[in-house]
Amino acid sequence: MVLPFRKSLEISFQSIRIRFFRSMITTMSLVLAVSFLSFVLVGTDTANGLLQTQDPKYRQALVRAGYDLEPGATSTGSSAKERWIVILSLLVCVVGIVNAQLMAVTERFREIGTFKCLGALDSFVLRLFVLEAGMQGLAGAGVGALLGTVAALLNSLIRFGLVAWKHVYWLAVAKSIVFAVAIGCVLSLLGVLYPAIVAARMQPVEAMRVEQ
Amino acid sequence: MSNSHNIVRVSGVTKVFKLRKHNVEALRGVDLEIRAGEYLSIMGPSGSGKSTLFNMIGGLDKPSSGKVFIDEVDIAQLDAYELAWLRCRKIGYIFQTFNLIQVMTALENITLPMIFAGIHNDAAVEKGLGLLEVVGLGDRFQHKPSELSGGQQQRVAIARAMANDPAIILADEPTGNLDLTTGEEIIELLKRLSEEKGVTVISATHDFKMLSVSDRVVWIRDGRIDKVEEREQLTISVGEIAPRS
Repeated sequence: MVLPFRKSLEISFQSIRIRFFRSMITTMSLVLAVSFLSFVLVGTDTANGLLQTQDPKYRQALVRAGYDLEPGATSTGSSAKERWIVILSLLVCVVGIVNAQLMAVTERFREIGTFKCLGALDSFVLRLFVLEAGMQGLAGAGVGALLGTVAALLNSLIRFGLVAWKHVYWLAVAKSIVFAVAIGCVLSLLGVLYPAIVAARMQPVEAMRVEQ
Repeated sequence: MSNSHNIVRVSGVTKVFKLRKHNVEALRGVDLEIRAGEYLSIMGPSGSGKSTLFNMIGGLDKPSSGKVFIDEVDIAQLDAYELAWLRCRKIGYIFQTFNLIQVMTALENITLPMIFAGIHNDAAVEKGLGLLEVVGLGDRFQHKPSELSGGQQQRVAIARAMANDPAIILADEPTGNLDLTTGEEIIELLKRLSEEKGVTVISATHDFKMLSVSDRVVWIRDGRIDKVEEREQLTISVGEIAPRS
C-alpha cells in the first residue's frame, strides 16, 4: 500500500484549490495573527534603526510613540505587554485553526471513509491533512507576514518620516519576516494535528452510512 | 458453479450494538457461504440487519461473535495494513450514494485505488481509461462528479470498484438513488461485469429488479437468515416476484 509523496502533494493541493473559499477562512485567523506578530517585530526593527542614530530627537519621538526606553539604551525589544498580546493572539489563532479543521474533517467524513474503503492507510489520511495544513500555513503566514511588515513600515513612515526607512536595518526586517512565517507554519501544523488524527482514525464504515 | 470454492464464509456471526443501556441485536447468528463468481443479493427490510451483515462481509465492521472468512482467511485476525490491502485489492465497494471523491475527476477517482496498490501512474491512467470505456463513459474522463448524472456517477464508481481486479464487488443499494431505467442499466452493467470477469457480486438491496439477475437471494429478517433461494426457485414475471408455491 503506497501513496507517493508527489501524488499526496497533488491531492492536497487540489483539495485546497477546489475548496478555496473554505481554506481561505481556515487560513484567515492565521493571516491576522501572523500579520500582528510581524507588525510588532518589524516595528521594533525600525525603532532599533532609529535608536542606532543616537539622535535625541528620534529618541524623544520613540518615547512619545510609546516605546519604553531605558536612559542610554541603544536598542529596544517589544514590551512585556506587547509580547503577551502577541502570544495571546497566536493562541487564539491556534484554537481557531483547530476549530476550522475539525469542521473540515466533519465535512469530509464521507470522503475520508471512501479513501479508506479504497485501501488508504491511516498514515495516508494523516499525511494529506498535514500537507494541506502545511500549504495553508505557508501561504497564510506568508501573506500575513507581508501585510504586517508593510503596515509596520507605513506606520513608521507616517510617525517618523522617511528617516525611519533610512536607518532601518533591512536584514533584521528580513529575519523578522522569516521568523513570523515559520511561527505561522508551526501554528498551522499544531492546529491540524488533533483534527488530522481524528480523521485518520475514522472507520471506513462511516462512509457507508447514508445520512449526512 | 457448485464446484467453485467459497470466497466468503460467514459463520455464527452475531452483532450487538450498545444503545445507552439497551443492547440491540442486529444479527443473531448468521451462517452463509458465498461461492466465487456468483451474483448474490441480500434482501430485507430496513432494520433487518442487512447492512450490518453487509459491512461484516466487507471487512468494514467486526462481529461481536462468530467469524467472517474471505478466501478462508479470518478477517478478525488481520491488522490495519492487511485490512487496507484487502479493501484495496480484494474488494471493490459500490455505495448507494456513489461516494466519488468530489474534488477529483472521473479518471482520478478510478486511478486512486491503483495508485494505492502501487501501480505506476501511466499504467493506472491507461487502465482507468479502458475501464471508463467499459462502463460507457470513455469521453467523460475529465469530468468532476458534480458534472455527471447519478447514473454516470454510479458507472464511474463501478469502474473504480473494478480498478484493481477485485475478487468481490460489494454493492450497497447500488440502485437506491437512481430512477428505474438508470437502475436497470446499472444492474445490467454489474451482471455483465460479473459474467465477463468472474467477479463475485454481493449486493444489499430492496430493489426487486435486482432479483432477476441474481444467482441466489438471501432474505434477512430480524437479524437472521429467513431463507436462501436459488435463481430457479424464483418465479419471475415482469417487474414482479413471487415465491414459487
